[in-house]
Amino acid sequence: MIETPTHTTEPIVTGSSVLGVQCVDGVVLACDTLASYGSLARFQRITRLHQPAPGVVIAGGGEYSDLQQLFRITDNIFRQEFCQEDGYELSPRALHSYLARVLYGRRSRMDPLYNSLAVAGKGRFLGCIDLYGTAFESEAVATGIGALLALPLIRKQWHAALAMDEGVRLLEECLRVLYYRDCRALRSVQVAKVSDSGEVLISEPYELSNLQWKVAQAAEEV
Amino acid sequence: MLLEQDFQGFSFDLFLRNQQLLRRWSNESKERIENVLAKPPRKTGTTIAGVLFAGGVVLGADTRATEGNVVADKNCSKIHYIASNIYCCGAGTAADTEATTQLIASQMELHRQAVDRDLVPVAAAMTRLKHYLFRYQGYISAALVLGGVDELNGPSLYTVYPHGSVDQLPYVSMGSGSLAAMAVFEARWHEALTEEEAKCLVYEAISAGIENDLGSGSNVDLCVVKNGGRAVDYLRGYAKENVRVYRKPTGHVFARGTTAVLAQELRKYVQVTRVVSDL
Amino acid sequence: MSHPDPGFVSMSFDSDTQRKIVSHQRTWSPYVDNGGTVLALAGRDYAIVAADTRLSVGFSIPSRNFTKIVQLTDQAVLASAGMGADRQYLHKILRSRLEIYRYQHQKEMSLGAIAQLLSNTLYSRRFFPIYAFNVLGGIDANTGEGFVFGYDAIGSFEKVKVVCSGSGQTLVQPVLDQQLAGRQKYDVPDDQRMASLSLAEAIELTRDVFNSAAERDILTGDALELYAVTASGVRCERFELRRD
Repeated sequence: MIETPTHTTEPIVTGSSVLGVQCVDGVVLACDTLASYGSLARFQRITRLHQPAPGVVIAGGGEYSDLQQLFRITDNIFRQEFCQEDGYELSPRALHSYLARVLYGRRSRMDPLYNSLAVAGKGRFLGCIDLYGTAFESEAVATGIGALLALPLIRKQWHAALAMDEGVRLLEECLRVLYYRDCRALRSVQVAKVSDSGEVLISEPYELSNLQWKVAQAAEEV
Repeated sequence: MLLEQDFQGFSFDLFLRNQQLLRRWSNESKERIENVLAKPPRKTGTTIAGVLFAGGVVLGADTRATEGNVVADKNCSKIHYIASNIYCCGAGTAADTEATTQLIASQMELHRQAVDRDLVPVAAAMTRLKHYLFRYQGYISAALVLGGVDELNGPSLYTVYPHGSVDQLPYVSMGSGSLAAMAVFEARWHEALTEEEAKCLVYEAISAGIENDLGSGSNVDLCVVKNGGRAVDYLRGYAKENVRVYRKPTGHVFARGTTAVLAQELRKYVQVTRVVSDL
Repeated sequence: MSHPDPGFVSMSFDSDTQRKIVSHQRTWSPYVDNGGTVLALAGRDYAIVAADTRLSVGFSIPSRNFTKIVQLTDQAVLASAGMGADRQYLHKILRSRLEIYRYQHQKEMSLGAIAQLLSNTLYSRRFFPIYAFNVLGGIDANTGEGFVFGYDAIGSFEKVKVVCSGSGQTLVQPVLDQQLAGRQKYDVPDDQRMASLSLAEAIELTRDVFNSAAERDILTGDALELYAVTASGVRCERFELRRD
């Protein structure tokens, strides 16, 4: 029987790495603004960061349509929560747990949402979820090829007293390395800052500065 | 007949086999053909790297050897001797990297005597290596970082891939930890490194591999070739930061009788015979 | 990774999902091995449940602090090796089942009942297994005696004195058998050997074997979490392991 696939068998339009770091006064997330179509840099000004509610930001890589679906799901549960008017609000940790269940449920129905997510929130919350539903909290997260290229750098430089501005610089350094070495990365990036108190600042897309190509010159000389 | 033979191990029949299979399976799916034709990947984790500085070259390697998920050797040596002014880090199958570097080392010594010089050019070793590996079409799994200093080109640094391609860059890394190491290089490298800075950078790169890549571990070995190829610092165990954290203070005591005696038989020598050979 | 036979896909999934499981099998595996080692050990008046905290995917380490252990009651602690997401799911539903039991019966579920509940839970997914290898340790609420149960992924279980599962199993279990269960010492019954081991000695031994596993198994490392269950409650300790 031939059936129309209703699920992601393999990702088509994809985002690459997402980075996150916990700081002494909040959490920083960063990613580039590219959605690739195979090896084509197809959509260069899309956003992979999303703020569903005050004090929470999620960022994702992998299949972009699945990511948009996840953003919609997140918006919906916060809307429902808001309509309850019971004085409670969904914490970042609760959202992280919820999204992990969504992703785990989909993988268990053999219909995965092909994404890896980073969840940041007030109270210095930083968590990570993959397409299998594996969820954990960590002081440093990096998904996709960022787990191989950026995570070593973040872990090496991370310390308990890291300020958010330093965190931004650290992640920018990692994005620069990813731009050098990840064929699916872009120079145009976005950074989100979530302070302890829940103040969210998502930057407009901007170009990475201080890119260094001296190696090209040195390679010609050797 | 060819299909029935055991394909494990090293075989020169593979090319012929591949041609035959391709002909036979011209109707099969691409995926199936690739699955069968592909050489079974045998990944042996490693982090190796090298950096050029004004007066020479620094090579570095971790010291873990793995067999699947088990650590086979906690302190193996991955920086191999090629010539007095040339060293070579090896990633891939241990036997291949060792055999290949030993072969090229002996060729380099013969070459040195033939041309009657003190030092052989690094490029000569690189050329021999790439031709040798290319001839075997990637079936010799040796991914190499070759570095040295000679009179012709000064400090030289190459990577040689298993299929025989070569890169020449001021900083290079190879092995399963190469991404972690390269990330450090991309973040920290600059074009005016001193010897000490270069050593520090390679150490940082290898230790990033050791900490973040499961295929790499234990210690950092460094090798500095400098002074026109006439001085070598081979720093085996440059950093030993990964050691066993805890050991049971009392050890494991095996009391007498731990192994049960199920049966006992005593014999005494009653006769000693001297055998004298006629030869 | 071995997959369930497509002809016998789960009893608990609808036909649409079953068809997806069958059609998906060639292209996408719902399983991933996240490595790690778990251990449980029973003494006369205590039980130890221990696990490393590394979460690995392939050759990388996404987390160095990913717990494999859940405390189910004041008398029972569970540790699971295998796939991280399946483990989290299993721990979550077990905790909720126990919570319901508390409300319904106004008491804690006994260790033996928990052991059977875990088996039933695992077997309910016989044809789409939960990829977790469990060891359950605890004490009898009445006698205070330590007990340990070892499981396979689909619910077969056995009451034992000492058990180890996960990526370091082949390294650790023979040592434990020799040191504790007295498999090579024919004239001393298992119970006596275990009875002579104090809690402090058992903790020393556990730390030792985990350090040994971290030396030789690349998937085991970072830190050791150790839960000691005694009549006076559950105590959790954490020890560093090598991180390479």
